[in-house]
Amino acid sequence: MNYAALSIKELKKNLKRKNFTVESVVRNCIEKIKESKLNAFITVCENEAIKKAKEADKKIKEGIDLPLLGIPFSAKDMYLTKGIRTTAASKVLYNYIPQYSATVIEKLEKAGAIIVGKTNCDAWAHGSSGENSDFGPTENPFQKGYVPGGSSSGSAVSVSTNMSFFSLGTDTGGSIRLPASFCGVVGLKPTYGRVSRYGIISMASSLDSIGHFTKYVEESAYILSITAGNDPKDATTPNIKVDDYLSYLKKGVKNIKIGIPKEYFSKGLDKKIKEKIEKKIKQLESRGAEIKEISLPNTEYGTACYYIIQPAEVSSNLARYDGIRYGKDRKSFGDEAKRRIMLGSHVLSSGYYDAYYKKAMQVRTLIKKDFDEAFKKVDVIIAPVSPTLPWKIGERTQDPLAMYLSDIYTVNVNLAGIPGLSVPIGLVKDLPVGLQILGPHFSESLLFQVGKAIEETNL
Amino acid sequence: MKIHIKHVAKLANLLLSNEEEKKFEKQLSNIITYVEKLNSVNVTNIKITSQITGLENVTREDRIEPSIPQKKALSNAKSKYKGFFKVKRIL
Repeated sequence: MNYAALSIKELKKNLKRKNFTVESVVRNCIEKIKESKLNAFITVCENEAIKKAKEADKKIKEGIDLPLLGIPFSAKDMYLTKGIRTTAASKVLYNYIPQYSATVIEKLEKAGAIIVGKTNCDAWAHGSSGENSDFGPTENPFQKGYVPGGSSSGSAVSVSTNMSFFSLGTDTGGSIRLPASFCGVVGLKPTYGRVSRYGIISMASSLDSIGHFTKYVEESAYILSITAGNDPKDATTPNIKVDDYLSYLKKGVKNIKIGIPKEYFSKGLDKKIKEKIEKKIKQLESRGAEIKEISLPNTEYGTACYYIIQPAEVSSNLARYDGIRYGKDRKSFGDEAKRRIMLGSHVLSSGYYDAYYKKAMQVRTLIKKDFDEAFKKVDVIIAPVSPTLPWKIGERTQDPLAMYLSDIYTVNVNLAGIPGLSVPIGLVKDLPVGLQILGPHFSESLLFQVGKAIEETNL
Repeated sequence: MKIHIKHVAKLANLLLSNEEEKKFEKQLSNIITYVEKLNSVNVTNIKITSQITGLENVTREDRIEPSIPQKKALSNAKSKYKGFFKVKRIL
């Protein structure tokens, strides 16, 4: 039985009707994971998953229904999972066994979902390609030897290849949206604070967004309806009502104002990617959307601003890894981690704080203002995710700065804290291309609405 | 601008070899030069943004709630003594 092609909704229906068992689906996922040479997983939870699958089959027999009962998922190895090794893809936490689970993990398991493994990523989520993992790079399933994007590399691949039906990732500067676009799947970066960060290894506390990968937009909305919400254990989650996301999916794009930021479509963008996106925009226009050119004037300062603020916060968050309460000592940090910790220490140090960190925080205000102003004129913004197609493994690792510049279209979203949904729009030279839909804070419903319309034009 | 690698490594509590010092000094100085792009931005009268939620002083009731038991809290430590984390002598 080819479970792989099924959506979460179809899988649930089939399981409820007992057309096949949860155990058979889970075993199928585990088999795929073990046979794969893409290096998408660090830890496979075979015994735990099969045990939970058997329990799920029992529940189904008893007529119990839960939103995600029996659905296999995976999580980026930044999510603490009680009793299951969690490494942040770093040698420092090679043998760390968490004593508790992240809030999001608890929520999903309470809804009946079954974790099949912890996915590979750039160590400490530091990277845009998956190449900074201490456990080896993950490969793009579309073309051997190419990067799947990062830092949530394994998560994107696990959904793209049906090793799991959805996967949890984190997006601090594009780390969900970029691999989603490189692997042909849907990737959601919710509004900062929409989903709890509790129990997820911190990278940059004012930028980290907790999101997920799915094959379809509807599934992305479904998962968010379970993970979103205020958490008393995370003081940065406001008490804002969780929308009925699914109810927006059939609304279409009639009269929706879509902003096209001119700074994102200038000469740095690959011509073929630009063509594909422009074609999509025309299709939306023919379905009733109003297209408006807008300007986000401080766009060009985003990367510089981000690579001051993020390393500063990283240097603070990684100070706890001293080998005393857990993990190995600081000698086990990889090069990229060391670079970011030192960069951060430098920009926060006496004599440099004002010129770098304070200045960056002021530029951050300007970048956020650009979006606030734009959303007075349009409902959503459409933009590319990556200026280029996925590159070959090893091509950019010599120059750290070259790697940082891959984030040019994604970082401003994190600085402003707004949500972004990356949806696949086809292939260029046999490699996937995506575009991102951006909206004001807490406008995820609108992103799903527009995303679903785009998905329908793909058919 | 050139970064003072020995000073920064000390602040960051990272022990670097001579080779690493040279390598990182070059790489970090390059990155710092790039981020100095912000020098050309006019930020007169612009307030800082340290986080975008606007939330302040989020508190809870001062009530004892369950927490991780001592044994569990020590479960990943490489060095323990009678319920304590054991560390190298500081003084």
